Amino acid sequence: MTSARHTGTASPSSLRLVLTLAIAGLISGVAIIGIYESTLPTITANKARELREAVFKVLPAVSQMQALVHRDGELVAAEAVAKDEPVVYGGYDENGGFVGYAIPGAGPGFQDTIGLLYGYTPDQKLVVGMEVLESRETPGLGDKIYKDADFVAGFSALSIEPEITAVKSGTKSQPNEIDAITGATISSKAVVRIINETHADWTQRLPPPGAEPRLTETEPAGPEVER
Amino acid sequence: MDNLLWIFISALLVNNFVLTYFLGLCPFLGVSNSLETSARLGLATTFVMLVTAICAWVLNTYVLVHAPYLRLICFIVVIASTVQFIEMLIKKLSPALFRAMGIFLPLITTNCAILGLAIFATNRSYGFWEGIVYALGAGIGFTLALVLLAGLREESELSNIPKLIRGTAMNLIIAGVLSMAFMGFAGLFSPT
Amino acid sequence: MKKNESYEEFIKGIWRDNPVFVQVLGMCPMLAVTNSAVNAIAMGLATFFVLVGSSFLVSSFRNWIPKQVRISCFIIIIATFVTVADYTLLALVPTVHKELGAFIPLIVANCMILGRQEAFASRYPTRLAVMDAMGMASGFMLALFSLGAIREILGDGALFGMNLFGTNFEPWIIMILPPGGFLTLGVILLFFNWFKLKKDEFLAEVAEAERSSR
Repeated sequence: MTSARHTGTASPSSLRLVLTLAIAGLISGVAIIGIYESTLPTITANKARELREAVFKVLPAVSQMQALVHRDGELVAAEAVAKDEPVVYGGYDENGGFVGYAIPGAGPGFQDTIGLLYGYTPDQKLVVGMEVLESRETPGLGDKIYKDADFVAGFSALSIEPEITAVKSGTKSQPNEIDAITGATISSKAVVRIINETHADWTQRLPPPGAEPRLTETEPAGPEVER
Repeated sequence: MDNLLWIFISALLVNNFVLTYFLGLCPFLGVSNSLETSARLGLATTFVMLVTAICAWVLNTYVLVHAPYLRLICFIVVIASTVQFIEMLIKKLSPALFRAMGIFLPLITTNCAILGLAIFATNRSYGFWEGIVYALGAGIGFTLALVLLAGLREESELSNIPKLIRGTAMNLIIAGVLSMAFMGFAGLFSPT
Repeated sequence: MKKNESYEEFIKGIWRDNPVFVQVLGMCPMLAVTNSAVNAIAMGLATFFVLVGSSFLVSSFRNWIPKQVRISCFIIIIATFVTVADYTLLALVPTVHKELGAFIPLIVANCMILGRQEAFASRYPTRLAVMDAMGMASGFMLALFSLGAIREILGDGALFGMNLFGTNFEPWIIMILPPGGFLTLGVILLFFNWFKLKKDEFLAEVAEAERSSR
């Protein structure tokens, strides 16, 4: 690229310049592909493990999972998920019985986008767990949305109908209320709003309780579980 | 629409490139001694950012889907050459515009704010319009920070400041205060 | 003689020509990732790897690279090392990689690295170039670490995640937020200014004081 602009200045032929750049590019390409290929398995495994851990955290009593996408008006198990395709994760117990969904959501927080994952059991209409995956909330204040164990525990049996409301700390009286964190009200409310909005988004697309997609992974399927 | 507005405001104020991400500090500290230069540099940077956003989108959509590992090198090379090309084009077509921002263009290309913009936009998988709006917000935000600092520096030139404090140290402390002021914009888009 | 020379190249980067405190280069990673000592060290190591690696290559091939395309070649070399560092960190320490995020690819835009290639590595033999790169990179790491440690101690009351002051300490949260970065570096530079001023004024006395304080 740069070679064309400099040819005015004397000695080396432009062929040599182009050749030098080409060789440099080639070597660098080889080096990059080498490192990419050699680290890819570890990176993929790390990511998969992180996801599994997050899903298992927000859905207690789950030991298997699969990605589910909404295609042609139906929720189906997906082998490969396209980059922008909304996805939820179905959690299943040891026998392959359906337990709940782990649903990722994101939205504006106090400082920047908050990304989270929450567990939802459709038969009880309960949120059973919440894990913040990504946030740049203020350290010491807003970051309590994932560091404050009490706040996180508040999501372990929370009714989502009609919607979750964050109330002043210590005044929770309804099953759909959660104590906001003192000093981080805005971040707490942001988390609640993200869950509510994501829920409103998905609720029409989830099948009625009992009709969830079966686990398609190769595990020796246990006895047919009726739910 | 709501989303685009949030991206714009976020890049412009809440997550200002200079004052919260520390991107583009070299020109921020180096060039900000006069208001006029700062405004021109800001204009040129905004322009390069727009070009970058388009380049990054094209690369991400058509070239890098199968080779994500070449992202960094592609970004640098393509953005630098595109900006060079546009610089020549502007020189031919509009000498006035070239005088206003021309000399800054090659300098800006190696600025970390430009590469940062491309990388952030990629990490957040922004689409075409989101990318453009993000670039616009970041560019105007950069200009705003630069002009603010330049204004403060021009004022302080005339006042009686100990020799010890003059220079980069003072600029950094001013930037710190500005950054603190910008923190007040956090929460603009949050539920109340 | 030879040994002295390369030692000199090494040591100048750490103190006299410290890339951050004296030359004021490489500011953006400097401020962005120094909100904790661990992040600062990870960033410092990545930069060390990139700077030493590319200085070695640039200096080894300095007679083959035509002057007209040298900057492009330097950038290709640097970008390759950065990509390697990026993927290695992602594979080995995913948590650190997540914290540093987009600032690892941005090492490419660290003006200190390109500056060293242009000003030193492309002109001197490999041995000196590597020594110089190691000196500069160590100086950079030292600067990163001191900033990271100061900010973590004041802002979090901890160092490397270990609590230092017990529960009574009220952390200055502002220090781990962006303004804290500007303010801390500003104050450190102020100290360096003061040091230089004093040094100019009382060269002899300062030298004396330094010797006795060691």
